[in-house]
Amino acid sequence: MTSARREHPEHGSGLSAAISARANYHTIAALRRLAHCAILLLSILTATSAHAAKVSDISKTNLGEQALRFFTLQDPSLRYALLGSILLGITCGVLGSFIVVRKMALVGDALSHAVLPGVALGFLWGQTKDPFAIFIGATIAGLIGTTAVGLIKQTTRLKEDAALGLVLASFFAVGICLVTMIQRLPTGNKSGIDKFLFGQAAAISAGDVRLIAIVAVLSVAAITLFYKECLVSSFDVGFARAAGLPTRLIHHGIMLLLAFAIVVALQAVGVVLVSAMLITPAAAAYLLTDRMHWMLVLAAVFGMISGVLGAFLSFLGNNLPTGPFMVLAASAVFVSAFLFGPRHGVLVRWWKHRSRADRIGRENALKSIYRVLEERDFHGDGVSLRELAQLRRESIEEARAESVELKRHALVSTHEEGNMLFFTPTGWQRACEIVRNHRLWELYLTNAVQFAPDHVHEDADKIEHVLGTETVRELERRLQFAKRDPHGRLIPGLDDIYPGNLVRRA
Amino acid sequence: MHDSTPALEIHDLTVAYHKKPVLWGIDLEVPRGKLIGIIGPNGAGKSTLIKAVMGLVPISSGWVKVFGQPFKKSMQRIGYVPQRESVDWDFPVSVMDVVLMGRYGRLGLIKRPTKEDREVARACLEKVYMLPFANRQISNLSGGQQQRVFLARALAQESDLYFMDEPFSGVDAATESAIITLLHELRERGKTMLVVHHDLPTAREYFDMLILLNMRLVAFGPTSEVFTNELLQTTYGGRLTILSDVAEAVKEQRIL
Repeated sequence: MTSARREHPEHGSGLSAAISARANYHTIAALRRLAHCAILLLSILTATSAHAAKVSDISKTNLGEQALRFFTLQDPSLRYALLGSILLGITCGVLGSFIVVRKMALVGDALSHAVLPGVALGFLWGQTKDPFAIFIGATIAGLIGTTAVGLIKQTTRLKEDAALGLVLASFFAVGICLVTMIQRLPTGNKSGIDKFLFGQAAAISAGDVRLIAIVAVLSVAAITLFYKECLVSSFDVGFARAAGLPTRLIHHGIMLLLAFAIVVALQAVGVVLVSAMLITPAAAAYLLTDRMHWMLVLAAVFGMISGVLGAFLSFLGNNLPTGPFMVLAASAVFVSAFLFGPRHGVLVRWWKHRSRADRIGRENALKSIYRVLEERDFHGDGVSLRELAQLRRESIEEARAESVELKRHALVSTHEEGNMLFFTPTGWQRACEIVRNHRLWELYLTNAVQFAPDHVHEDADKIEHVLGTETVRELERRLQFAKRDPHGRLIPGLDDIYPGNLVRRA
Repeated sequence: MHDSTPALEIHDLTVAYHKKPVLWGIDLEVPRGKLIGIIGPNGAGKSTLIKAVMGLVPISSGWVKVFGQPFKKSMQRIGYVPQRESVDWDFPVSVMDVVLMGRYGRLGLIKRPTKEDREVARACLEKVYMLPFANRQISNLSGGQQQRVFLARALAQESDLYFMDEPFSGVDAATESAIITLLHELRERGKTMLVVHHDLPTAREYFDMLILLNMRLVAFGPTSEVFTNELLQTTYGGRLTILSDVAEAVKEQRIL
């Protein structure tokens, strides 16, 4: 492990960059996390390439062997690492869900940085990596940090974000100083204290796993038992208190579990990125569901997947830091949820937008065909492409493309090699509806809202596509079933929808 | 029990926000079975009054009794409709989830809502015409619908005394009349309601009694008696520069 450190000097430079990045906390936290990830990624990439260059014959069989070793769970240390990562993923997912909906993401971030001095002091206390001493030290440091945030908020004019930033940065700085000091101690080099910065799942011991398991069971049990209390106090704290629920106790309980989770996660994920394990799986779950209990389940699953993937990738790369890989895996899950989520996903939204735009395009073409027929008082049923193009002020090719679209949706039939268009019954019905919507809306705007007649056309061009049947009925009633629009043109009525009426009307 | 005990009794209540007094020496004795409006200008302490009664903001001095007992002992008999803006409507819960929250106070810790609780919640949703929306996520609701969900949640509390913080703000006409019908129905069943309201013309027609408030109690009585030009003038027009000046001084010198 000591030699590994010497081989990766980039870790050091990445770290100092990370420390200087602390200072600018007050801007946006997300940006900072991004910078963190970028620096880490860079340092890891350069580290791996340097490594590979030195041991030039690192080959696929080597990776394959590593993967085999991972999946057969031969090493006991690997079993600990894997079990620890799975339990951590679940804990972080479940607690993180409440952190996200309570808008406490920054609190988690600050807390995770604030525990570092405690970790170092816990280490100094026993001069070894005693999980229990470190746990106690970190928890105390976390509590002091939270108290400091509260004090700053109460006694100064500073708001929560600034208070969090202050505490985060100063505690982290103290922590880094202490860690550096420990590393200079004669025993320091073998300590593995540096692994607390970016995490090393492989360094998880049996004692660590025991602590992680205790916290996992505690968190899941508490959230399951007090789910209803956590839910109502997160949604509406005033109501919860008025109903006699102990909201303060719930808040402090969640904070304490959060502190525990952060402390036990340090060994695997590292101080710098542990808050990402709390937030990212929960944020991905939030994008995918509208119900809190599903969010909890999804976040736990995502956390678990990220934990295992992180441990696996770190193992493949010869014990590279685990934290960044876990967070990368979690971020990949988040990006997928962002892009492919069935309800709020970018792709679905884009698709809906596209199909809506297509529908509007078709409806506008139908309206134009209707207008051509109307201008010649409905003499003859067919409309030529030339007439359509003329009315729409576009080229024949564009009109042809539109007619093909309409035909594909069975709204028109074409004759004379596609040059003549005829409404199908559905097409005629749809065209009448659109024109009726347009003219009713124009009339409504001029009559009821008292727009000037020349102001209403553009508005109606948009509204005609969104008016529902209910609204149209209401408009008809309010306009007393008017027959003509503000420009004096006939409003097609319900009885015009059937082609038989076309002739009569003409 | 004792039908003559007032629903709510407030004695010499003073409340401060961030060490600045916002309510001074309030004395009130609210009879049962009335629909009562709390009116006053912005910053008069209308919301603060009901929050203080429910123990949501700390009381500087004075005491509050609900049905003759300290608030802590009669929590189950109180229902609350907070301001609609006080919560995040993107929260991942359905309409049904929110209404079920009205049952939580009765359930006590750990216990889950039962089938009966669901039945009650459904009936309450029905009363505000929101049953078809039971499984909707709350962010897909209009302002009026959100307000009706909050009202259904308070109904599910099955309380005797209700505090409502601006239930009519930002709602459509249909919701407003639905709410007022519901309040009248509750009054028929002997419930007492204190409603923070900011619209004077409707205050006169909606409420049996009015609390005129502006940092101190200006008047409390039947609407016909207190809805007078003179008293309204004192509540709204009369400048209370002295009270607010002193409040500032109290804040600066940290007396409370």
